[in-house]
Amino acid sequence: MSDYKIIVENVSAGYNSNIVLRNINLKIPQRKITAIMGPSGSGKSTFLRILNRLHELTPGAWVKGRVILDGIDIYDRKVNPTLIRKKIGMVFQKPNPFPMMSIYDNVAIGLKLNGIKDKKTLDEIVRRSLEIVGLWDEVKGDLHRPGTMLSGGQQQRLCIARALAVNPEVILMDEPTSSLDPISSMTIESLVKKLAEDRTIVIVTHNVQQAIRLADYVAFFYLGELIEHGPAVEVFTNPKHELTLKFVKGAIG
Amino acid sequence: MQLNKVLKKKILIDKAFTIILICAMIIYLVPIISIIYETVSRGLPALNLDFFTKPIPTAGEEGGGIANAIQGTVISIALASLIGIPVGILSGIFLSEYRELKITSFIRFINEVFHGIPSIIIGLFSFVLISKRIGFSVLAASFSLALIMIPIVTIVTQESLKMVPATIREAAFSLGIPKWKTTIFIVLRGAWQGIVTGILLSIGRIIGESAPILVTMGFYRWWFSGLDRPVSNMALNIFIFAMSPFQNWVRLAWGTALVLLVLVLLLNIIPRLMMLRREVRYE
Amino acid sequence: MFGDKIFKYTTAFFAFFIVISFLMLIYELYKGSYLAISKFGLSFIKNTVWDPVNGVFGALPLIIGTIVVSLLSLLFSLPISIGVALVLVLYLPRKISRGLAVLIETMAGVPSVIYGLWGLYVLAPFLRENVYSVLQSMFGFIPLFSGPNYGIGFLTGSMVLALMITPIITAVTKDLLLAVPTSIKEAAVSLGPKKKELALIMIKYIKPGLFAASLLGLGRAIGETMAISMVIGNKFKLFPSSLFDTWYTLSAIIANEFLEATYDLYISSLVYIGLLLLAVTLAVIIIARIIIWRFSKVRGEI
Repeated sequence: MSDYKIIVENVSAGYNSNIVLRNINLKIPQRKITAIMGPSGSGKSTFLRILNRLHELTPGAWVKGRVILDGIDIYDRKVNPTLIRKKIGMVFQKPNPFPMMSIYDNVAIGLKLNGIKDKKTLDEIVRRSLEIVGLWDEVKGDLHRPGTMLSGGQQQRLCIARALAVNPEVILMDEPTSSLDPISSMTIESLVKKLAEDRTIVIVTHNVQQAIRLADYVAFFYLGELIEHGPAVEVFTNPKHELTLKFVKGAIG
Repeated sequence: MQLNKVLKKKILIDKAFTIILICAMIIYLVPIISIIYETVSRGLPALNLDFFTKPIPTAGEEGGGIANAIQGTVISIALASLIGIPVGILSGIFLSEYRELKITSFIRFINEVFHGIPSIIIGLFSFVLISKRIGFSVLAASFSLALIMIPIVTIVTQESLKMVPATIREAAFSLGIPKWKTTIFIVLRGAWQGIVTGILLSIGRIIGESAPILVTMGFYRWWFSGLDRPVSNMALNIFIFAMSPFQNWVRLAWGTALVLLVLVLLLNIIPRLMMLRREVRYE
Repeated sequence: MFGDKIFKYTTAFFAFFIVISFLMLIYELYKGSYLAISKFGLSFIKNTVWDPVNGVFGALPLIIGTIVVSLLSLLFSLPISIGVALVLVLYLPRKISRGLAVLIETMAGVPSVIYGLWGLYVLAPFLRENVYSVLQSMFGFIPLFSGPNYGIGFLTGSMVLALMITPIITAVTKDLLLAVPTSIKEAAVSLGPKKKELALIMIKYIKPGLFAASLLGLGRAIGETMAISMVIGNKFKLFPSSLFDTWYTLSAIIANEFLEATYDLYISSLVYIGLLLLAVTLAVIIIARIIIWRFSKVRGEI
């Protein structure tokens, strides 16, 4: 078993004639938190969306190179992106619970639409998912109420529970705390730490402090290029590249 | 001194301008209020139990009602909805969810043009296509009504789906849900209120249509007796009754007008209230 | 993957249904009018006789009638619509303005037979007794104001049509006014504190959109059938003899004679009229749509 969950090889990407990412090579370790840092416009969100083949859904988008998940190139023509996405959950910048849908269904829908009908199984998974994100005690009496009526922080945790319900091996997080208040952010961060115990986490952040708090590994992107990557301790204490140093010190970004 | 005069003149002109605008408002509002007032005051006396339960009287006969016209109108609208709603929703889905395809902007354009085609012409189309083959029939009439509905439902579906944020679709995709399930069970659900609004508005539109009815099944005053036969229609009856010299028919015309007016107002206002409530909740 | 493909092609099929219906509509109308086309050809457009007894049909008077009546209705409606839209946007408090806007939009949904019924039984008698008769007694010596006064006629018809298209033009104008950028409005305010300047500058700014709105209203007026048939008097003539005279339009003749048309050539001639009506409305709508698309594009770029 390789120590790396995802291996990105020579990946370039963009929209139409624009290049957003240039020749990226990165290995993402198993059951660790890898933080993708960089100022806005560095291509870090695009990079994340390449890992679960969401990027290609935008009109005009293109990708080159290989992304290997558990030994399989997910951009191989024989691969069905829907099956890939089952293994890779995603949490977005802004909480986005499904509209007009109850809290229960928000968590259960991924299973339901993937063919799991058994009520008992569903109940149990919904409960366990909500428990992991620490939402169960807050909402157990309100499971039938719409997910959109929760507070921002609760909504984001609901979205994480929704992703957990289908039991992904990898969770991608695109600045999951950027629209939340500090207390909710902290709750989410400690949750991320907990999730990494048995899952691979890739989290995009423009917040250096967050990366310092969370990351095992760090990759620093700048203007579409991967400037530097490695264990967090190395990148933060002894950055090799001047740009990284500037970013870490808050001089750019 | 001089400046003061200029200023005074300016203020006067501004006042005159305001008065002209208010006059425009009044010129429009007076007839509108008159239409509502006259329809209510002349229609109300016609409304009684007989009006809703008795069949249409022959020309010159006293009494009677519009019961078979109510039945006929309900059947026509139900049949039209049966075709119009699914076709409108499905094509709206295509135009919204596959909007990256070049062909969709062409179809959108055709759809908007289709929406603007006068209903009498849609009626003539259905007449040549259906009535000429199987005779004046509720089938031909409903088909023309469906064609009037489709562009409206399509436009509203497309607009409502567009309002659902892209990240909702992406969140569903990243749960491993295929696009078709995402669209039907998640995106459509989020857009449902807007679509229902559009359906209600389109029913409000076809319930008052009389031109296509006239050319596809004509005037008829009996009960439904098969899809290849005509049925009676409330809106068309208003035309036929109003243009006749018979007092009783004119009376029924006003009564029918009142019923239609109330229905149309409800079908226009209920969705608007629904939308308002939704706006408030999202704020 | 497979389900996605089926889904895409199913929805595409129904979207194409609209395109196919549109093409079929043109074809079927052509087929339906084939008898009349082969008999009269294009001279149908310039012939001035409509004689069902002898099977001779020509549409020129109807075309003139349609053009005059719809332009008149636009002439009546446009200033009123602009005025109403300005009042809604600039003068009234937001709540009242919203309520009124809903009322006006709802009036666009009122069935045309109800406008016709009101025109026939309320407006026409009122105009006959209180307006036309007065005008006749004052200006009766001028031919324009002489002749029989039935109340119904092309002038009354134009007024009813104007009422029907006002909600449409008002709604579009209102949206255009609301979309005027603040920079333009501020420039107006700096010229003077008066609303007149502001209104005039806004109107100037939305001119192209206003033109498209007028075309949409015109398209609606041309195609409007039942109401006009109820109040125009339905008399076939090249020109009316006075302002109060009856007349005919393309759509009115279909509504009024379709059920009386007893033989194929007669019906075919009425469908031919439908085809002419389609050609005219399509031209108007397409031009309006293109202008609106262009206008919104230009806006999007700024």
